[in-house]
Amino acid sequence: MQFTRREFMRGGVAAFSVGFAAPAFLSELAQAQSATGRSLVVLYLSGGNDALSTLVPYTDPAYYSRRPALAVPAGSVLQVGSDPSGRALGLHPNLIGVKSIFDAGRLAIVQRTGYEDASRSHFKGTDILATADPQAAQGPGWLGRYLDTLPSPVDPLLAWNTANLLPHALQASSVGVPSIPNPTAYAFSSPNTGVEAEYSVAAAMAISSHLPVQQPQLSFVNSTAQAALATLDRVGAVAAYVPTVAYPDTGLGRALQAVAGALATQVGTNIFWVQTGGYDTHASQGTVDGGYADLLATLDGGLSAFYTDLSNQALLNQTMVLQFSEFGRRVSENGSGGCAHGAGGLMMALGGGVQGGLYGTAATLDDTPDNPTLENNGRDVKHETDFRGVYARVIDDWLGADSVSILGGDFRNPTVDFV
Amino acid sequence: MLEQMSVPALVDALVDYEGVPDTVDDNIGVPGFLGTTTRGAFLPNERITDARQRVLFRMVHTQRPLQEKMALFWHNHFATGFSKIAGQIGPDGASRALGARPSEDANGLRGQYELFREYALGNFRDLLVQVSQDPAMVAWLDGDTNLKANPQENYARELMELFTMGVEFYTESDVAEGARVFTGWNLANNRVGDTRYATFLYRPDEHDTGSKTFSFPIYPDGGKTIPARSAAGGMQDGLDFIDAVAAHPETGPRLARKLYAFFVSEFASPPEALVQQLAGVYYATGYDMRSVVRTLLNSAEFQDPAHYFTRYSWPVEFVVRLMKSVGWTGYSAAAAIAPLANMGQILFEPPDVSGWRLGTSWFSTGTLLARMNFASSLAANQQFSLGAAATPQAGTPQALVAYMVDRLESAVYDSQVEADLLDYASAGGLWTGSPTQVRAKAAGLAHLIGGSSEYQFV
Repeated sequence: MQFTRREFMRGGVAAFSVGFAAPAFLSELAQAQSATGRSLVVLYLSGGNDALSTLVPYTDPAYYSRRPALAVPAGSVLQVGSDPSGRALGLHPNLIGVKSIFDAGRLAIVQRTGYEDASRSHFKGTDILATADPQAAQGPGWLGRYLDTLPSPVDPLLAWNTANLLPHALQASSVGVPSIPNPTAYAFSSPNTGVEAEYSVAAAMAISSHLPVQQPQLSFVNSTAQAALATLDRVGAVAAYVPTVAYPDTGLGRALQAVAGALATQVGTNIFWVQTGGYDTHASQGTVDGGYADLLATLDGGLSAFYTDLSNQALLNQTMVLQFSEFGRRVSENGSGGCAHGAGGLMMALGGGVQGGLYGTAATLDDTPDNPTLENNGRDVKHETDFRGVYARVIDDWLGADSVSILGGDFRNPTVDFV
Repeated sequence: MLEQMSVPALVDALVDYEGVPDTVDDNIGVPGFLGTTTRGAFLPNERITDARQRVLFRMVHTQRPLQEKMALFWHNHFATGFSKIAGQIGPDGASRALGARPSEDANGLRGQYELFREYALGNFRDLLVQVSQDPAMVAWLDGDTNLKANPQENYARELMELFTMGVEFYTESDVAEGARVFTGWNLANNRVGDTRYATFLYRPDEHDTGSKTFSFPIYPDGGKTIPARSAAGGMQDGLDFIDAVAAHPETGPRLARKLYAFFVSEFASPPEALVQQLAGVYYATGYDMRSVVRTLLNSAEFQDPAHYFTRYSWPVEFVVRLMKSVGWTGYSAAAAIAPLANMGQILFEPPDVSGWRLGTSWFSTGTLLARMNFASSLAANQQFSLGAAATPQAGTPQALVAYMVDRLESAVYDSQVEADLLDYASAGGLWTGSPTQVRAKAAGLAHLIGGSSEYQFV
């Protein structure tokens, strides 16, 4: 992370000094920069989602023998047909809304995503997913690099992180991304009222306008302050957004409501980061009626409301949700009623422009040493589709950018043609 | 007094704090100190929001500042979160496990934060043993489910990756073997009346007695295998393994780099010679953190003025520093809790076991607005005492700006920013120096200075 920050600093100041300097001009700029009219909402399930409990291989006997306490009964899965290898699969029973999106042909599920020599570390794994670089896993993130390719100055609201902490994936060399977890708290207060308060705003703007090149760290914080002050009005409009459906009262629900608000009020954002945690289910996973079942109910509630809200406002065709996690979990359950860190996971894409269906093939889970769909002596699911192929599809065919330059290589994969 | 001491004497006074009685808690609830707010009695040993307030109170009022600073450092290094533990042993049990002070707990429990205070500058190997047996940590990283039939890898992995050597220096096989080492390091759940609490328990029946082999040396003779042992004697496996990760050649340098970033600067990597010097002290003293930190604070790098204000302050530090300079009269630590969450730091609730994301990661538009807004609300709250203190110093707007800049001890402003502050102080026309005018402008300046980018560095 030290490396990231220094790189960030080195390239950052010059771009910031123009990037955040002209608030009045920026709204028009934002309109122009989101002219493709397409938005990408990345939904990150942090902790390592147990893919085998999300999309259940309910006809694989080894799934039941290796998950005696944690398997989802075949009778309760939400059947979604068979994948290209003929394996019948079903969604977790709590994914009722997600299933209806699948049935409408607007949900693509890519199975067994990952990379060679998968890291089982949350932090390394997250960095690898963020940088699309399994070797170094350092430097700006893949979405940050996308933002870096846009013509400068980049509007400070072009990307919006709904989590408290800026994820590595959105760290850019020359573009600052705001973190706005709560639009209603995004305001500037003053200890005084009336004209004194106005003097305070003017003074804060003046103080943060200095961007000394020889003090890049100070300039970074000042640039952040400028971005905050320049975006107060537009975020205020999002805070006032009244959705067409009731969102669940969960962190995920609130975040997705803010995203829908930003889309509906056309503030100009086209990259969103939404994160929901709790997926590190080492113990007491509760796939069917415990913690994991609750996690997926939360996921389903948020996504269903978001999908319906966008659909009601004819915003679905310009929006894609891309969902993934840092790794899947071990095939066999452990003694704690949970699963250790594993390898291959799954990714989902959802939206009006998505060609729905099952992509890739399921692993066969029998614990034999020569099983080519497993790795780590049969313990973990081996990846089939490089996650960078999914990124490439989104970058090239959804965002209209060049995946080869952004990802630092040609990872385009004709089999994941969900856009 | 401190101003008149030589640097080595000042360092010694900070480092050798045992001569100063640990009485800071005695002033909680006493008029004239930062207040606390709670429903009913203030119970920091069993209610997590009260424990958070106590940490802030101590940081404001301690006479042993380095001890509290290091406790916060270790809280980030061994980052442990309340919510998950509360799900396992209840919110009261989790609060005790994190916050209880043994002298005040009916069952003599020592919460994790008290462990960090006790070992603030203690022996790192001993701290690792204590952390490995700390009920909050055992619950947090699922040691209570590490059974011989099904080893649980969580703790062994993070012990190597985050607490000692770092991610590049162990293998997946080491993780699996390390999990077996710690089988049986478990918890007892106790209940006395309505009081629930967890204590460490070694369960020989759940210890994997087989030998365990690693990719790095476990013993001074280079041996990489922990021998098979009886179940009754199997707890020694974990102690051998902790000795090994404490002695690992990457642990000392990694701690040195982390301490450098914490005490000296985040703007550039430490000089390798200093890292090696600190690591050398770490190994030569048998992992004595007091010696390591003393060496760091006596280093030329620590004392170089070019390194002043070259670290991004943590939200807790920002809040404490602002309260210390703006004031706390009639103010409550509770008023800082929600703003701290908006700044991205909830004590006892780090984002995950790797701790908070430091440096630039603290700063986004939303978190910076939260800092500015905390400065605003504190300044508004303290406007009368600020105004009263400033009025004798406020013959001119220039004099008031000079007084407030001095009072808040920000990093040095360049002339443009000083001009901006003066423009603010002068805005609105004639300077009368009336108490009303000084009060408004002093509060306004406290807000602008506390919210300025220069103030975000320590």
